[in-house]
Amino acid sequence: MVRVDIDGLENEARPRKGPALFQVRFHGRGGQGVVTAAEMLSVAAFVEGRHAQAFPSFGSERAGAPVVAFCRISDTEIRTHSPIAAPDAVVVQDATLLHQVDLFAGLGADGYLLINTTHSLDELGLGELAEGMRRDRLAIVPATQLALEHLGRPVPNAVLLGGLAALSGVVSLDAVVGAIKERFTGPLADGNAAAAAAAYRIVAEQQEEVASLATPA
Amino acid sequence: MLRQLEGSRAVAMAVAACRPQVVCAYPITPQTHIVEGVGEMVKSGELAGCEFINVESEFAAMSVAIGASAAGSRAYTATSSQGLLFMIEAVYNAGGLGLPVVMTLANRAIGAPINIWNDHSDAMAVRDAGWVMLFAESNQEATDLHIQAFRLAEDLSLPVMVNMDGFVLTHATERIDVPTQEQVDAFLPPFEPRQVLDPADPVTIGALVGPEAFTEVRFLAHAKQLQAIGRIREVADEFAQAFGRRSGGLVNSYRVEDADVVVVALGSILGTIKDVADEMRERGTKVGVVGITSFRPFPLEALHEAIGDARRVVVIERAFSIGFGGVLSTDVALAIADAKARISTVVAGLGGRAVPEASIAAVIEDAMADSLEALRFVDLDRSVVERELARMAGDRRSGPSAENVLRDLRAVASGSV
Repeated sequence: MVRVDIDGLENEARPRKGPALFQVRFHGRGGQGVVTAAEMLSVAAFVEGRHAQAFPSFGSERAGAPVVAFCRISDTEIRTHSPIAAPDAVVVQDATLLHQVDLFAGLGADGYLLINTTHSLDELGLGELAEGMRRDRLAIVPATQLALEHLGRPVPNAVLLGGLAALSGVVSLDAVVGAIKERFTGPLADGNAAAAAAAYRIVAEQQEEVASLATPA
Repeated sequence: MLRQLEGSRAVAMAVAACRPQVVCAYPITPQTHIVEGVGEMVKSGELAGCEFINVESEFAAMSVAIGASAAGSRAYTATSSQGLLFMIEAVYNAGGLGLPVVMTLANRAIGAPINIWNDHSDAMAVRDAGWVMLFAESNQEATDLHIQAFRLAEDLSLPVMVNMDGFVLTHATERIDVPTQEQVDAFLPPFEPRQVLDPADPVTIGALVGPEAFTEVRFLAHAKQLQAIGRIREVADEFAQAFGRRSGGLVNSYRVEDADVVVVALGSILGTIKDVADEMRERGTKVGVVGITSFRPFPLEALHEAIGDARRVVVIERAFSIGFGGVLSTDVALAIADAKARISTVVAGLGGRAVPEASIAAVIEDAMADSLEALRFVDLDRSVVERELARMAGDRRSGPSAENVLRDLRAVASGSV
């Protein structure tokens, strides 16, 4: 272990960022709770005893404008405050951004991709992109519909966190629900939690389907 | 208690735990969440015995803080950028009068061109105002520095400014150990003013001082800053004992023993630089990092000691003196004047531009190859600059440069990221 000298006193050096670093980028539009999504994911990771950092991309915030937010999750203390250039996962809260913003910049072939849509990847024109990625790391979920169903409001952010939990396993559904209940109260908390659980099941089913296709009967 | 919180919220909680009696502020991005948080706690009664005063400008905010402090109240405010410039006359007054106001400066660029994002040009504009100026590396440190700031301010009867990077820290949600009320009460005694406006024992504060005494009064302000050098260290030590973690102090050294190159900086960029240093050390480049926590008073000796025998010193600054170059690096150069180090000023992260790890690594590699210039601007797009210079040379009515550059970049003026 390296020693460091902080103002004359000896302290243990903080460990450097470990291999267990998971970085997520959220894309959406102003009003869809993009920043809140990143913050709630960080709370979910915190609840599970991990280090997490959520931050917005600090643009001029206005309803409907493209918004980006980030979340880093790590087993060790997170020192850096630079934006995430190469995310492990991208969450797209609004599929109409597909032709407007470079949503997949820095996302590797092993990356996770979760899209809020009622369309298929082919319908979205993402068939080619999907072929270059691991199918078990791609998921689509009708998060806005689920939000309308359970909340009566078209806000897909917390819902997608349930989907991300199923897709990546970076946090558990329980932790997502915990984060939702820390952020919201009453029917808003219950509705978001139920919608997140529904998204979790939808993505988990998609994963099972992909797994069964990959395994010859 | 460990919490996952936005930096602004944690700072608001730390400020509230210090039991300020008067909080006055005028909203300006990116500082707003802090005073909103304090305001909520005043309204809910969680922060009792505090008057929250809505003022009509930043000039009024600092003026009210001065009046409250002179009347014997613990006073707090926060601002950023243009807000700081609007209150600058009062900022100098708080410094010159030696009133222990504590202010958060959520660092943000200064216009024109108008820009809401982070850099340190606001702090540098009040470098000489007689305030103690502390810089937080992380949100944990920002939280802790506010508690130390009230202690320092009141011990020394000097105003203290806690600088935290706007957006980068203020809007980042992180794991923060938030001090409890009991811990803060045990660390921070009630305010005992050195000077107070009391009708029962009247004094004048702020009299005209002519040439016969101005130098001496100014020198006393300097002497108090020199006393602060020792006190900042002691308060950081006492804080470490009371709270079980180190925060604050004069400088913060990281892996500087045997370093061939030492990178010096202020604020939140230090975390990123430390990650780069670790990576480069794994590849055999001996990089050390020195963070300056106390920018005023400037810790010449502690910095000299921290930099040691390193032959190359790179000062990364989020501000610069137009027409000259580095601000911080001029001070650093003085601290190591007798060493034979090669010192470079690296200007990065102006107006919120991200400073990627790769750009920092490239600068350090150039320093190791002795090819780093005395003044470098990181990721500067020279083609854009040259295009505008050519336009100015070729056309008398070339128009406003900022808008020309935006048009060249086809960027929207509202700021794309």
